[in-house]
Amino acid sequence: MNGIHDLGGMHGFGPVAPEKDEPVFHAEWEKRMLGMFAPTFALGFYNIDEFRHAIERMGPQQYLATSYYEHWLHALETLALAKGVITEEELHTGHAAVGAAKSEPAIKAEDVPKIVATGASARVDADVKPKFKEGDMIVVRNINPPSHTRMPRYVRDKLGCIDRDHGVFVFPDSSAHGKGDKPQHCYSVYFSAQELWGSRASRNDSVYVDLWDDYLVPA
Amino acid sequence: MSAGHDHHTRPLSDPELRIKALEQVLTEKGLIDPAAVDLLIETYEEKVGSHNGAKVVAKAWTDREYKQRLLENGTAAIAELGFSGIQGEDMVVVENTATVHNMLVCTLCSCYPWPTLGLPPVWYKSAPYRARAISEPRTVLKEFGVEIGDDMEIRVWDSTAELRYMVLPERPPDTEHMSEEELAKLITRDSMIGVAKIAPRDE
Repeated sequence: MNGIHDLGGMHGFGPVAPEKDEPVFHAEWEKRMLGMFAPTFALGFYNIDEFRHAIERMGPQQYLATSYYEHWLHALETLALAKGVITEEELHTGHAAVGAAKSEPAIKAEDVPKIVATGASARVDADVKPKFKEGDMIVVRNINPPSHTRMPRYVRDKLGCIDRDHGVFVFPDSSAHGKGDKPQHCYSVYFSAQELWGSRASRNDSVYVDLWDDYLVPA
Repeated sequence: MSAGHDHHTRPLSDPELRIKALEQVLTEKGLIDPAAVDLLIETYEEKVGSHNGAKVVAKAWTDREYKQRLLENGTAAIAELGFSGIQGEDMVVVENTATVHNMLVCTLCSCYPWPTLGLPPVWYKSAPYRARAISEPRTVLKEFGVEIGDDMEIRVWDSTAELRYMVLPERPPDTEHMSEEELAKLITRDSMIGVAKIAPRDE
């Protein structure tokens, strides 16, 4: 979707402002949010693409006015409600409904080291043929889906070159909408800065973007 | 769902209260274990950080074969040093040279290689950086105090997929006598994002 999250190339945000001696977290609640991500992800009621899409559906004003961990909190609340893991009333009262079913956590404290060290790769062990190979010239399809996509606006209709084939990965445009993994090759694609930004860009510069087979057509 | 339920327009309450409510409900339902949450926080606050990435870089600077493995299969080579997992499941390492400068961004969200660099700093997740790193990298680098010559090539890596990138910075001159451990202390987080150079040793 052409949402506010697709920030690449926008003007008007001012300079980058690094914070000196920045702490890992800026508030206690940020810690709790970070710490809840893996344990809720492991429950299986959302995947990473649904999570990102929940953030992308925030209103633009709200998105820009809130922090990274507030985006996460919004996504977790949205998905937990949408999937029926919790109810509005529970969220309001801050307590489980009387007689609510009691489950087992997917991640217990003793599982944490292994979960941290393993993660959840989106690589798929499937024999899917690549449509392109290193060195192939491609054009990015000019599509504007209102649904989730990882194709940023700034590469649409642009000419690029396959730099490397990363292998077969879950396709987010499908996975975010309960339509399965649709595994396919994902490539690092080279774009010259001048192709993306015009002749005022440095002729020496380039942007490499990870793009899936379904986004690309031969040049 | 209650009538008029709409996440686009619902005014935000204090995130602190919201997170407390959410955690409490999930805990009461037995869906999460607060001790696991505590341990995850401790892991990312105290254990995982850019000192991990610094060890990878220092080894690559001192071990030619390791460097080759790192550039060919970042995930496996980084795992040799014990770093792997969440938000670093599939890693790609890109090398800075005398003619090429690499920098990383995630324009669509804030993807970042946690196992080697820790959790991302706020500026990396901010709108200015995400908007501008791809379209005006030289200006952004100047704001970080880094001047890249006009004849140098700048490659910006936008991590739009589940690959996580890390920059292998250039080894500064006059460090030939230094050990891997000493070298690791010179290597900064920002140099592995590609928004800083490693200062020559001046002590």
